[in-house]
Amino acid sequence: MSNRVRLDARRLLCPLPVIKMQNMASDLRPGQEIEAVCTDPGVLHDIPAWCRINGHEVLESKSDRNEYILIIRIGG
Amino acid sequence: MNQQRKAVALISGGLDSLLSARVVMEQGVHVEGINFFTGFCVEGHTHAIRKRERARPKRNNALWTAEQLGIKLHIIDIIEEYKDVLLHPRYGYGAHLNPCLDCKIFMVKKAAEWIEKNEFDFIVTGEVVGQRPMSQRKDTMPVVAQESGAEDLLLRPLCARNLPMTKPEREGWIDRSKLHDFSGRTRKPQIELAEKFGITDFAQPAGGCCFLTDEQYSSKLSDLWKYRGERRYDFDDIMLLKVGRHIRPASNYKLIIAREEGEVNFLQGYKKEYLSIKTISHMGPLALIDGKPSEEQVLEAAAIVARFSKGKMEDRVEVEITRQGGEVQHLLIKPLKPQEMKPEWML
Ligand code: SF4
Repeated sequence: MSNRVRLDARRLLCPLPVIKMQNMASDLRPGQEIEAVCTDPGVLHDIPAWCRINGHEVLESKSDRNEYILIIRIGG
Repeated sequence: MNQQRKAVALISGGLDSLLSARVVMEQGVHVEGINFFTGFCVEGHTHAIRKRERARPKRNNALWTAEQLGIKLHIIDIIEEYKDVLLHPRYGYGAHLNPCLDCKIFMVKKAAEWIEKNEFDFIVTGEVVGQRPMSQRKDTMPVVAQESGAEDLLLRPLCARNLPMTKPEREGWIDRSKLHDFSGRTRKPQIELAEKFGITDFAQPAGGCCFLTDEQYSSKLSDLWKYRGERRYDFDDIMLLKVGRHIRPASNYKLIIAREEGEVNFLQGYKKEYLSIKTISHMGPLALIDGKPSEEQVLEAAAIVARFSKGKMEDRVEVEITRQGGEVQHLLIKPLKPQEMKPEWML
């Protein structure tokens, strides 16, 4: 599996993007990354909070017009 | 050395679930949180949709609670399975369309399955005897434990001393004398306990954290079932009921009119599936039409939408009607007069 997987969470409202990310993360190994593309601005708050409590790291968080892109790294 | 016991706590995002998990953690138990997403949770969506909600902190209270406690949180999507709970509750509904007792049984049952799969020892909830008229009564609390299959693995730390012994207490995993005996609707003991733990910034959502306890939401859901001719819903239905002004001028169609920019953006996402109307000549909202209106009714709907635009006092307002297939039509329309808007249309 490549080191970075993409999660399309566009049109999903929180907490669904977090749920999708959590489910995807459970199949990944420490060090692998998820790039999530979302449209709900709530993810800018919820995904970092979810990462903090689960020991993952937010590598990048940016917005591009109406899309929010977060890259996270799975913790050990 | 004694083996460290593991519990999963149902985390709703409210103060009681936070305290119950904390009480158990104080006794050296490893706790992780579980949060169920039914689709009717007030969390999240409404913050995202409505701009005026953005003034408030946009946090998800369940995630925030887990962070305060320093525990992991597992959020579980139960949207599909929950339909059966809501549509066929064995114990009926509360004041509105909230099937609280069936809902609690279902959630604890899911938690019981989860602990078995993940090799945890017991389940913790923030229930308090006498706090809620349906699911948290002295006679219904044992029903939750029995029917969920959790039996004596279900511990309610905030009122455990008012209830029969559970296995965690019997086995000495938990010291019963350090649990609580809260009862009734007063919030005072919870607030005091929160203070003792140094917790001040907790969530006390005014209308609760579930749309099914909301009168207006429940009446919109009943309306949906009534005019659809069957009690059925999909995820988009329940999302759309959370958004906009709902107006039903006739049994075969209703309008969903955005009240602000956040709602306009949200409704835009549904333009392919619904006929939509917006005003062009004047600032005005976007509206979706749910149902199958006749051509005459489409004009009536356009006049209603014009009524909510800045051109409501004008003789003619230009509207754009977009069909599901993408076909666009521009029309001049006379906005409906205030006296023509029947109060019974408003859901
Ligand atoms: S308020 Fe809603 S989530 Fe809570 S028990 Fe009742 S139906 Fe379930």
